[in-house]
Amino acid sequence: MRPETEAELADMIASASGPVCVRGGGTRGVSLDGSVLETGGLSGITLYEPGSLTLVAQSGTPLAEIEAALDAEGQRLAFEPMDHRGLLGTSGAPTIGGVVAANVSGPRRVSVGACRDFVLGVRYVDGAGTIVKNGGRVMKNVTGYDLVKLMSGSWGTLGVLTEVNLKVLPKPETAACVLIDGLSDADAVQAMAKALASPFEVSGAAHIPVGLDGHPVTMLRIEGFAGSVAYRSDQVAGLFGDMAVRVERDPAAVAKGWAWVRDVEAFHGQPGDVWRVSCTPTGAAELAATIGAEALLYDWGGGLVWARVAAGTDVRARLGAFDGHATLVRGSGQAKFQPEPAAIAALSRGLRLKFDPEGILNTGLMG
Amino acid sequence: MSLVLNFSLAYFRVLVISFYQFGGYAMQMPTPDATVLSRKAGIVARLQEVLPRDAVISDEMETRAYECDALTAYKCPPLAVVLPASTQEVSAVLKVCHEMGVPVVPRGSGTSLAGGALPTADCVLLGVARMNDVLETDYANRFIRVQTGRTNLSVTGAVEADGFFYAPDPSSQLACAIAGNIAMNSGGAHCLKYGVTTNNLMGVTMVQMDGTIMEIGGKHLDAGGYDLLGLICGSEGQLGVVTEATLRILPKPEGARPVLMGFDANEVAGACVADIIKAGVLPVAIEFMDRPCIEATEAFAKAGYPMCEALLIIEVEGSPAEIEEQLALILEIARKHNPVELREAKDADEAGRIWLGRKSAFGAMGQINDYMCLDGTIPVAELPYVLRRIGEMSKEYGLDVANVFHAGDGNMHPLILFDANKEGDLELCEAFGADILRLCVEVGGCLTGEHGVGIEKRDLMLDQFAPADLEAQMAVKDVFDPHWLLNPAKVFPLAASESRRSVALAAE
Ligand SMILES: Cc1cc2nc3c(=O)[nH]c(=O)nc-3n(C[C@H](O)[C@H](O)[C@H](O)COP(=O)(O)OP(=O)(O)OC[C@H]3O[C@@H](n4cnc5c(N)ncnc54)[C@H](O)[C@@H]3O)c2cc1C
Ligand SMILES: Cc1cc2nc3c(=O)[nH]c(=O)nc-3n(C[C@H](O)[C@H](O)[C@H](O)COP(=O)(O)OP(=O)(O)OC[C@H]3O[C@@H](n4cnc5c(N)ncnc54)[C@H](O)[C@@H]3O)c2cc1C
Repeated sequence: MRPETEAELADMIASASGPVCVRGGGTRGVSLDGSVLETGGLSGITLYEPGSLTLVAQSGTPLAEIEAALDAEGQRLAFEPMDHRGLLGTSGAPTIGGVVAANVSGPRRVSVGACRDFVLGVRYVDGAGTIVKNGGRVMKNVTGYDLVKLMSGSWGTLGVLTEVNLKVLPKPETAACVLIDGLSDADAVQAMAKALASPFEVSGAAHIPVGLDGHPVTMLRIEGFAGSVAYRSDQVAGLFGDMAVRVERDPAAVAKGWAWVRDVEAFHGQPGDVWRVSCTPTGAAELAATIGAEALLYDWGGGLVWARVAAGTDVRARLGAFDGHATLVRGSGQAKFQPEPAAIAALSRGLRLKFDPEGILNTGLMG
Repeated sequence: MSLVLNFSLAYFRVLVISFYQFGGYAMQMPTPDATVLSRKAGIVARLQEVLPRDAVISDEMETRAYECDALTAYKCPPLAVVLPASTQEVSAVLKVCHEMGVPVVPRGSGTSLAGGALPTADCVLLGVARMNDVLETDYANRFIRVQTGRTNLSVTGAVEADGFFYAPDPSSQLACAIAGNIAMNSGGAHCLKYGVTTNNLMGVTMVQMDGTIMEIGGKHLDAGGYDLLGLICGSEGQLGVVTEATLRILPKPEGARPVLMGFDANEVAGACVADIIKAGVLPVAIEFMDRPCIEATEAFAKAGYPMCEALLIIEVEGSPAEIEEQLALILEIARKHNPVELREAKDADEAGRIWLGRKSAFGAMGQINDYMCLDGTIPVAELPYVLRRIGEMSKEYGLDVANVFHAGDGNMHPLILFDANKEGDLELCEAFGADILRLCVEVGGCLTGEHGVGIEKRDLMLDQFAPADLEAQMAVKDVFDPHWLLNPAKVFPLAASESRRSVALAAE
């Protein structure tokens, strides 16, 4: 199925006789039971007002098209969605609907917020084929319940997004990166906490135990106007005077380094399963040690741990109880999403039953 | 801070006495459940079994203290008031009410301007004011965990000595509680840069209507499954009672400085705002005032503002050099729009004077008139059109409007001036207000940017949403509160929610 309009999509869902697997660019490369519903026919930017910092696009619009339009006006998606193709070995063109459906946020999540914080409004078709809108295209809106948040990250299990309204932000003039060499994971987590607690607006804080040259490196990103970036990167470097600190001031090199973190390039082409663990930042090193991973990458100041493990490893069993959750991003054999406590699971089930009474949308995904 | 205090008190007093107490709008409330009313003694006895003596108030003289929020035109003492001191006590109360089929209205500090905390005669009003402890502060992980009865300002108060702050700063921050902030998803003057409550909320402890206690979110980022936290924030006390919250705190910026600029047309000021945003500067605040507002504040506060059609106050943050860098760019852009005035603050005193008029604006308007304050949001690009339309409508209705608002994010607070003592003026004003909100929706905006729907905008919801849109929202409440006992008469037009509420009653 490949609807060209929202109305057509609604008809298809309403008359579907069995499960429907929603596909944007298909870069997730995992297929579920049921007939595939491609969103690619719902494509195009419907409205873009740089002066209002808002962009409205149909859900099947390729992410690349959106990024090009924003780039032409010196703006960007501030939440820095990652490209999963390298990590997952998939092809296809990621769509904006897929990004919102999976609430995909990159390194800048730690400072500006997640994808869900930049979604101002959505239109979607629920499992009964009803067209629903929520939110809008303005930055402040408390009119009724915030279903926009609920739809962001619901992986197409509550409805098929047809249109998303996004808040966009200006691209900074330049960027620099403070690099600290040789820290242990525990020391790195502390250093990142210190940088993020400074007033110098660090917009990325990552640590790689085994960097490109085989040694640990901790990365602290500063973005903004040239004078400000120069000032703040010196200030941040100054916080770590007793350590091996360098400042990378070439914006192209900085961008490359952070794309490497964002797309978890260190794991590309490497064997095993890949997990993504959201946790309390300063507990990250200790928690990650329990995983027994073959490789680790810390982002969000430690609040996000990427772990590559031997295929089939039950990472959740190793982690035990902790404040956070673990998602299986690559691999099989374990539940993809963290099982929820009973009371929350009951609410999730209840919501799914309301939004998709027949249980046809992405059946089997998310519990 | 004292400026904010003066401002909020003035705002509070004027707004509240002026508008709503008259009949024109006559907000309907559902007929109280006679069975519940007749069982008052039994209900109170059960509540007293689970709470300390002084935490249950049922005497009619005393329940009057809770008969309204800041929308004081609507008053109704509740059946009883409970003031639990812990999550467990909240749970115990809700279990009793759930079992006995008694509606519950949660309350923080009662500063809602939308009637969100307005009781019904058959409800138990559940106030969280006794729960105001700081439970944990963690600077390394940049969060604070508090009980939700704590006031907004005292959250910042708990961390500012260590160089941190809690970003959402509603003008009512001295009084309003985190509980109400979460329920209304409140905003503040600095949300252009820092976002509103939902962008700064990491987790909550919530009690469901049946007494179930749950942790949603926590000291980590994002949800592992559905984003229930995002759903609860802004749900106006209809999905659960929030007793504890984990809030993101931020390191204080090194400094901040405002600049003032005057223009000879609203359109030009609007275009200047758009150009600044397009140029890549993200000020912490962009405030806009039009001529009627400038005139009133000058007469009242004597801040020395230029007399012009439109005035902008723009504030940026950072170290002195960073401030210079941003202001240089902003001033360069402003000059291209032929400003009638550009005023930089050279020191804290001058900065204070620039903010003085803006912060006294509501109080000033109140000195010269009764007024009604609206809270719609519009796409920023529609600013010139909307201001022109408001001007035209103002002539048609024969009522003046002063505009003062957060221009960066399009959240408008038009103040309609009227004379409460003049026959028919209020009704006229109400009709005008509803038309302005409809205009906001028409140009792609919304009915309320930060104050919430409550009872106040309940009946305008169908101007913004199709029945199917409301049905999807009400279905969420069905899941969290199947019997529709939590704050049931709010947010949705009564006719739209009637079948659900009456099923709830019949079920008893
Ligand atoms: C923690 C994390 C884990 C991820 N894991 C994977 C992974 O294992 N595999 C993977 O391929 N991608 C994964 N992604 C996301 C993905 O790679 C992309 O960045 C983006 O989601 C891809 O867009 P797409 O159009 O290719 O989406 P698709 O791969 O087509 O779809 C992604 C999800 O969104 C749903 N979806 C797509 N379009 C819509 C729509 N219009 N309305 C409703 N639902 C829709 C799909 O049903 C699917 O559940 C992950 C992202 C994160 C943050
Ligand atoms: C002078 C003045 C200035 C204001 N300025 C602003 C402003 O700048 N920005 C802004 O956004 N708002 C502003 N407001 C509106 C108001 O202050 C906010 O809506 C505030 O968040 C309400 O908080 P409260 O604790 O007083 O809540 P209440 O009025 O007690 O309740 C508000 C809503 O929250 C629900 N609720 C309360 N406690 C709980 C709980 N524990 N669990 C679940 N639900 C609960 C109630 O049922 C109700 O629906 C202003 C109000 C005044 C009077």
